[in-house]
Amino acid sequence: MTTTTIESQVALEAKGRHHHHPDHRLFGLILFLVAEGMIFFGLFSAYLIYFATIPQWPFGIELDLFLPSINTLILISSSFVMHQGQRAIKKDDVRGLQFWFSLTAIMGIIFLLGQGYEYTHAGFGLTDNLFASCFYVLTGFHGLHVTAGLLFIFATLWRSFIPGHYSKERHFGVEASELYWHFVDVVWIVLFTLVYLLPLTR
Amino acid sequence: MVSNTEVVKKEHRERRERRLIDYFTFNTDHKVIGIQYLVTSFLFYFIGGAFAEAMRTELATPNPDFLSPELYNQMFTLHGTIMIFLWIVPAGAAFANYLIPLMIGAEDMAFPRLNAVAFWLLPPGGLLLIASLLVGAPQAGWTSYPPLSLMTGKWGQEMWILSILLLGTSSILGAINFATTILKMRIKDMDLHSMPLFCWSMLATSALILLSTPVLASALILLSFDLIAGTSFFNPAGGGDPVVYQHLFWFYSHPAVYIMILPFFGVISEVIPVHSRKPIFGYRAIAYSSLAISFLGLIVWAHHMFTSGTPGWLRMFFMATTMLVAVPTGIKVFSWCATMWGGKISLNTPMLFAIGFVSSFLIGGLTGVMLASVPFDIHVHDTYFVVGHFHYVLFGGSALALFAGFYHWFPKMTGKNYNETLGRLHFILTFLGFNITFMPMHQLGLMGMNRRIALYDPSFQPLNLISTAGAYLLAISTIPFIINVVWSLLKGTKAERNPWNALTLEWQTASPPVMENFEEEPILWSGPYDYGIDTSPEATAQSVEEMLADVASK
Repeated sequence: MTTTTIESQVALEAKGRHHHHPDHRLFGLILFLVAEGMIFFGLFSAYLIYFATIPQWPFGIELDLFLPSINTLILISSSFVMHQGQRAIKKDDVRGLQFWFSLTAIMGIIFLLGQGYEYTHAGFGLTDNLFASCFYVLTGFHGLHVTAGLLFIFATLWRSFIPGHYSKERHFGVEASELYWHFVDVVWIVLFTLVYLLPLTR
Repeated sequence: MVSNTEVVKKEHRERRERRLIDYFTFNTDHKVIGIQYLVTSFLFYFIGGAFAEAMRTELATPNPDFLSPELYNQMFTLHGTIMIFLWIVPAGAAFANYLIPLMIGAEDMAFPRLNAVAFWLLPPGGLLLIASLLVGAPQAGWTSYPPLSLMTGKWGQEMWILSILLLGTSSILGAINFATTILKMRIKDMDLHSMPLFCWSMLATSALILLSTPVLASALILLSFDLIAGTSFFNPAGGGDPVVYQHLFWFYSHPAVYIMILPFFGVISEVIPVHSRKPIFGYRAIAYSSLAISFLGLIVWAHHMFTSGTPGWLRMFFMATTMLVAVPTGIKVFSWCATMWGGKISLNTPMLFAIGFVSSFLIGGLTGVMLASVPFDIHVHDTYFVVGHFHYVLFGGSALALFAGFYHWFPKMTGKNYNETLGRLHFILTFLGFNITFMPMHQLGLMGMNRRIALYDPSFQPLNLISTAGAYLLAISTIPFIINVVWSLLKGTKAERNPWNALTLEWQTASPPVMENFEEEPILWSGPYDYGIDTSPEATAQSVEEMLADVASK
């Protein structure tokens, strides 16, 4: 008798009062991204104040636009590629998820390599002038977020090889890493406009 | 069968009884985390207080004789930073952690593990800050304005930055939890307008934390680059602009004032109706004014920069918005007074602290309106008038309310009653000491005494002596507090479930609450403040038990 009650109790626990409430993780992630966005807001505001108050901006530096534009295209398209992964898992297609997410990761790595190439061929250093400092810190901080997004994608890929881990109903990891990647993407569009295009108006 | 299940449940619960060791581990129970926050923050309060006493001792005489000027700079920098980031902010988080799930009838926070991570960022952040004393603590004040912060000890300053980044991250992770829990995890019958006002104030606080703290992070990242990598974002020597730092810094640090006071507005809104036995006056007015303060708090930051070359038209804007803050704040003060008006007030320790809060905060608020006006601010900028003002807000406001909440929920948190006589003694000493310390500072500021300088003109000495005497009285006031806490924990009488006959949900469970908070699903059978409306308090207490018995039998 006691064993059965204990068992039923255990079963009750396993079903868990904890799983009664709905999943709030996506909501939490959105709040986190709001906070992340505010860090970039702070950095961009500082940049804009410098741009508005310093007439000699960008101190004679002319950024090459060819490579960064291709990079931008790659990063933006990677968001669409990644979305195919989510559509795949919604049809219970784990193979599709793995394919599209791997493709996204490759595009992300190409972006970072392009960024690295740009750094080594920029012809100016971090402390040369205020624009140079802004350029490295803003793109570098964004690059850090791309790296974090990549780690997120790799973790999702890793887990996707556990049988039954992601399914039509349960794929928070997929949604979260995708949302994060979109966020990084949107930040890049603003950053590209501010750092690469805005100085052209001078 | 039924009884059998109950036995199993009981065994189950006993097996998972709280042990002391849990409070020193990575525990995900929000009640444990709440206590961890509270105890840690008070440890830092004593450290920060000791620094303050050292400063006041130095200021008893006009010449720097007790501390060297450099050490004095380190003391006030650490004092400010500790009291803000390691005492008041975490103490607010302590109450939020402990109370929010209980008040809304949830088992725990939305993200318990994240919650524990948020807490465990706090001790390393605090230790890092204290450890900066070993390499020469920062000397640029808690504001760390460049270029001063770039010239006074590189590593001490960098440790300060890293420490604030850790503490800020902790604060952001906490806010994500509070907001999600309040918005998504209330029991079925509780809509936004039937939740306790403390939850409203934490919602407003969380919004501010999420929107403003990251901006401080961006300022500190850039400051770090200036300090370590040799860039010159804020260094005029390399073409940078120190005023940009001030904008970013105050975009966080003005809202930080509301991050420090809003949780305690919530505490007071809980304490006053319970001990006045009256429904709160203007529930929606208090709830919405918290949100209004949050919003206004985001658009007033440059009033700290009236003397930083801010253009005239911009000063007008910030002066107007700053004065507007007095409107929602005034709504709250009037509502609290109206709640007390004609109530059956019992002058116990929490209520005494609450009344002390309202009166001191009123003075701090009014001097705030004075400082908002540009001509006056230019006159007293960086004088002791400002120091007096913000101590009336943060000590007279936040700290007194913190003590009010501490005594109010002490029986719930510990399961023990505190000693009323010692509690009242603590209040009297604190209130006297506080006013003697900070009231003369207003006069000193008007006379022109600068803040943050160890040396001052001998004509300021008499008032400084009074202030120092008050500071010693404040130090003494912590003695009955500590004795009370230790004695009550060890020898205090066992607290009942609901010693104050309060109506909010946290009083419907045992003191201290069981694991996962409620033996049975709690029932929302009245509004949070329906005191004295249709039942006497005795009948109220009875019907809670009846209700619970009723539910248990089903």
